[in-house]
Amino acid sequence: MQAWVISNLVVGVLFAGGIALGVGVRRNRLWREATGELARRRPVALGVIALFVGVALLDSVAWVGGVEAGEDVVAVLEAQSVIDRAFLGFQEKSYSAPFAGAEFYGGARLAHPGRHPLGTDILGRDVLYLTLKGARVALLIGGLTSLITIPLALLFGVSAGYFGGRIDDVVFFVMSTLASMPGLLLLIALIMAMGRSTLSVCIALAVTGWVGFCRLARGETLKLRELDYVQAARALGVSEPRIILRHILPNLMHLVVVTFVLMFSGLVLSEAILSWLGIGVDGSWGQMIDRARDELSRDPIIWWNLSAAGAALFVLLLAVNFVGDAVRDILDPRTLRENL
Amino acid sequence: MSSVLEVEGLATSFPMERGRVAVVDGVDLCLARGETLALVGESGCGKSVTALSILRLVPKPGRIEAGRVRLGGREIQGLPVTEMRRVRGREISMIFQEPQTSLNPVVRVGAQVVEAIRLHERGSREAARARALELFERVRIPDAPERLDAYPHELSGGLKQRVVIAMALAAHPKVLVADEPTTALDVTIQAQILELLRELQRELGMAILLITHDLGVVNELADRVAVMYAGRIVEAGTRAEVLGQPRHPYTQALLRSMPALAKRGERLAEIPGTVPWPGDWPAGCRFSTRCPRVMDVCRAREPEATRLSPTHTARCFAVAQELAT
Repeated sequence: MQAWVISNLVVGVLFAGGIALGVGVRRNRLWREATGELARRRPVALGVIALFVGVALLDSVAWVGGVEAGEDVVAVLEAQSVIDRAFLGFQEKSYSAPFAGAEFYGGARLAHPGRHPLGTDILGRDVLYLTLKGARVALLIGGLTSLITIPLALLFGVSAGYFGGRIDDVVFFVMSTLASMPGLLLLIALIMAMGRSTLSVCIALAVTGWVGFCRLARGETLKLRELDYVQAARALGVSEPRIILRHILPNLMHLVVVTFVLMFSGLVLSEAILSWLGIGVDGSWGQMIDRARDELSRDPIIWWNLSAAGAALFVLLLAVNFVGDAVRDILDPRTLRENL
Repeated sequence: MSSVLEVEGLATSFPMERGRVAVVDGVDLCLARGETLALVGESGCGKSVTALSILRLVPKPGRIEAGRVRLGGREIQGLPVTEMRRVRGREISMIFQEPQTSLNPVVRVGAQVVEAIRLHERGSREAARARALELFERVRIPDAPERLDAYPHELSGGLKQRVVIAMALAAHPKVLVADEPTTALDVTIQAQILELLRELQRELGMAILLITHDLGVVNELADRVAVMYAGRIVEAGTRAEVLGQPRHPYTQALLRSMPALAKRGERLAEIPGTVPWPGDWPAGCRFSTRCPRVMDVCRAREPEATRLSPTHTARCFAVAQELAT
């Protein structure tokens, strides 16, 4: 199956999942009140995140055709996303400053003067377009990696904490082994071994990143396991898997949400570092920043590439961290009752 | 007298610095249908471990070393784990000290009771919910239909304890183990919960094993009393025998330290020292280090239980001597 078909399917699944999650949240009063509180506290940050998510989704919905065969023949045969289509044809020959009418070096007249709010890069591509494309990559890395990390960490952490003994020993050994390796080196080694692709970067980030949350989940499970309601469930004859599903996991959910939000920004940042080392994901902001290294030494300086990617990264991560802090405050068990 | 619960020679050990120590050491109990037996003792004497051992819920690294537990005539110590799970809740159930933590904070209380019902009964969700409502009314929760959809933090401590009791009763157990059911509650609420337990016992005919250190609660609820000290039962008998004519020096000292029996203006009697840690128990009688009537023989050998009446026993050399003379 072609990549764009899968991409469209993923968007569909995300939409369905989002609706299901929304319904679930609305049904459960605790979560409904928590999300309401979040919307009250951080409307701007949530809006910014929604904007980025919207752009990423628009960039993921793609189809073939509907493109006029002009100068760009390839575009007719390849699937183009909504974002691609919006910028199709606005191609220049080389650098141009934001809103400029002429090329930055030489001063030749642009094909589309004044149409590039963030200028163009060395190949004449619109920087706004590249920046918007970066949103999808950033969310993909943060989301996909979390999707691998959190279930993995929960599985190992909860079973280690709940059953203890031999299982705990094994999990703890694996965690200690991973934690004792320099994270960045392990990351690089894994990506080198698996080959450079979005998926392999995500897997590498997941392998190096699950230990922290696993330890957290294990510790929390150790605490929950001894609580009276787990004891009471045992005294009523509830089976072990059911106790985990019904009494342990739901009481870990606030940790999952907080970890997801806080981990997300760390992951996007890690990818930027990897890109800077030359093993990142194509089209990411990190890669844009990496390319801008040489541009900084030019005279006059090319600043818009670096600024656009840096600003997009900064704004998204700032918004995510703001929301993360609010989520942590709202879902903290110690403040839960006062807030709800 | 047919007993629903019989415990013989129960011993449970925990690892200590000097190897495994039996925290509960040779406990015998028996409980008839519809009867309340109070297990009394200071903190750390092994009351709760006894209860957990009966349900085979001793937390690791604790281990049941010996003993037989018969429930409704069936030996349950050797039952496989899955079979034991079916016994819990259905034949013997337990409520814990802290109603604050006995309920899952993120699940509605009604759903928790429904879960307890559906564990042991086939049937639809609606039927289980109707049963839950009935149970809520049975444990006298006001506005029961609305309270089903409440979260634990929206209920007071007394109401929470009622929900906990409702859960424990969901599968009609023959025996209810209540581990300090009123300790965490206000005095007025305590009285209500005790009254509720008494009513439920009368209505359902279940036996209650009441674990407490509160002699006032014992006096309210118990038919028979067993006094525990350092892992052993030192005196057992009917309520009138143990509270009215206590024979063991430990029981006597416990009763003297009750505020209700003390004279106004006098300093409240106390038992010198504390319960020795498991593993530091003296040779001979375990109470010998704190006993006002200690004799040489007490430090050398452990006393056997002396039968004072068909229902009354005490584990003390002094009592045995008195009886002989």
